Amino acid sequence: MWELIRINKRNSVLLLMLMAVCLLGLGAVIGMAIKGPDGGMLGLMIATGIWVILTLISFSSGDQIMLAASNAVPVTHDVNPQLFNVVEEMSIASGLPMPKVYIINDPAPNAFATGRNPKSASVAVTAGLLAKLNRDELQGVVGHEMSHILHRDILFVTLAGVMLGSVALLSQVFLRGMMYGGGSRRRYSSGGGKGGGGAMAILLIVAIVAAILAPIVTQLLYFALSRRREYLADAGSARLTRYPEGLANALEKIADDRAPQLASANKVTAPMFIVNPFKKMGEWNLSDMTSTHPPISERIRILRNMSQGASLKDYSDAFVNVTKSRTVMPASALTKEDIALREASAEAKEEQKEKQLRQVGDIMRKVNGFIFLTCACGMTLKIPPNYAAATVECPRCHTTHNVNKA
Amino acid sequence: MVVLIILLMIAAGLLLVVLYVIGTYNVFVGLRNQVDNAWSQIDVQLKRRHDLIPNLVETAKGYMQHERGTFEAVTNARAQAMGAKTVAEAAKAEGALGDALSKFMLVVENYPDLKANQNFLALQEELSSTENKIAFARQAYNDQAMFFNNRIQMFPSNIVAGIFTFTKRDFFEVSAAEEREAPKVSF
Repeated sequence: MWELIRINKRNSVLLLMLMAVCLLGLGAVIGMAIKGPDGGMLGLMIATGIWVILTLISFSSGDQIMLAASNAVPVTHDVNPQLFNVVEEMSIASGLPMPKVYIINDPAPNAFATGRNPKSASVAVTAGLLAKLNRDELQGVVGHEMSHILHRDILFVTLAGVMLGSVALLSQVFLRGMMYGGGSRRRYSSGGGKGGGGAMAILLIVAIVAAILAPIVTQLLYFALSRRREYLADAGSARLTRYPEGLANALEKIADDRAPQLASANKVTAPMFIVNPFKKMGEWNLSDMTSTHPPISERIRILRNMSQGASLKDYSDAFVNVTKSRTVMPASALTKEDIALREASAEAKEEQKEKQLRQVGDIMRKVNGFIFLTCACGMTLKIPPNYAAATVECPRCHTTHNVNKA
Repeated sequence: MVVLIILLMIAAGLLLVVLYVIGTYNVFVGLRNQVDNAWSQIDVQLKRRHDLIPNLVETAKGYMQHERGTFEAVTNARAQAMGAKTVAEAAKAEGALGDALSKFMLVVENYPDLKANQNFLALQEELSSTENKIAFARQAYNDQAMFFNNRIQMFPSNIVAGIFTFTKRDFFEVSAAEEREAPKVSF
């Protein structure tokens, strides 16, 4: 666990240096393309200036912006003892000070954590999540969020996000400037350049290509890192709770959910949530390279594959088993720890029994020719084969459905 | 001239060693304090459990009038745990208290009126949360102790550890074998 933290910190620095090179390089190239070789310095300074301003803004009030944008309400022990207790349990298990706890009034199940350092951290959970999950599953989700805080992911994602924003801003400004001011540019460049029009034209092309590619490259980097962090947070949660099945069940319940998309989801804050709050991003499949989160089904399979124990190495082994690719865990974090899995809590055991009974009932119904319809409100309608009418009304939300008898 | 250079190199080497020793010592002190802190966390949670129990017994007494034996068992176990002096005694007494509590909760299962009481439900959540917290505090202590032990036993920092006598910390093992088994329900 401490190895992970140490390595995350080191990798953060390396990555940020890489992104800084990207940003400053872009700034220099653009500056040179506009104003000749002297313009390089100016471009660099402007790029740095943008980055500094964005960093200051996000550092000083990033937490509040995030919480305010999500309509988060602070929660004390008396308001919701179970949530508060679960967060307290996880803070003891991780050794972190107790974060501030918030509830978001939204039926979509999701959760996030913010906080640059553990002393000023907050954890927020939606009302939809509290309604759907039992104690073990809630513990798994809160453990995942606390792991983000523990591994210093928030700091990292914030810095990377700012870097990405600066790159995007810079290239947007440049490219739009190109489109609108093409004529006047030639006057600039031939005035300032010493090597004549040819070199300037090449620089210009290079700048344009860089301006188009840079945001894409940094975005892909950002997504790849964000996905990796999610896996590591899953591993951290399994280790803290000693019960990966809890988080697996929670993810399953969240994935099955049919409520409308989280009202306050937007592209900037999306990576902070436990599950991608966007249900559909145009035509793209959410589980490819352009997603901030790994596919839920894969996360569930990895967690359920952890049969040997709950340590980081066990997660790493399960990861390699399921994805058949190299592990995301840094090598020095793979020390052999003897961490045994624990059993489900009493509440969870009862729920499992109920679930089994329902599954058996559904199989019997399917075999006997029942028709299954899913309503948008989340209810599954199971219509017997001798139902005569052509339509049926959902008992919860009263929308009418057509009954197709194939 | 050459002698001067050699002397300077030896001095530089010594300086590096001293800096290393100081740095490692400080790291060890920080880690040891964290282990102590984790240990005291366990104490905090155990005390919380002690404080919850009288309230629990009072709330239940109104409903479970004929279960005096169960009440006495819990109250005695609590007194024992609070009076324990050494760490070994405390571990044993806390294990016994945990057993008494789980037997108590089993008896509660027979009283649906009590189970529906709001106060009791709140107390039950607090109690189960406290049990979880005790478990997690133990877990955190063991993790921290293991990290500390690793550091002081690995080469070359174990030399520094030996000089300043940082000793290995014991893991907080579950003492009573009964505590490891889930309570068996038999009617």
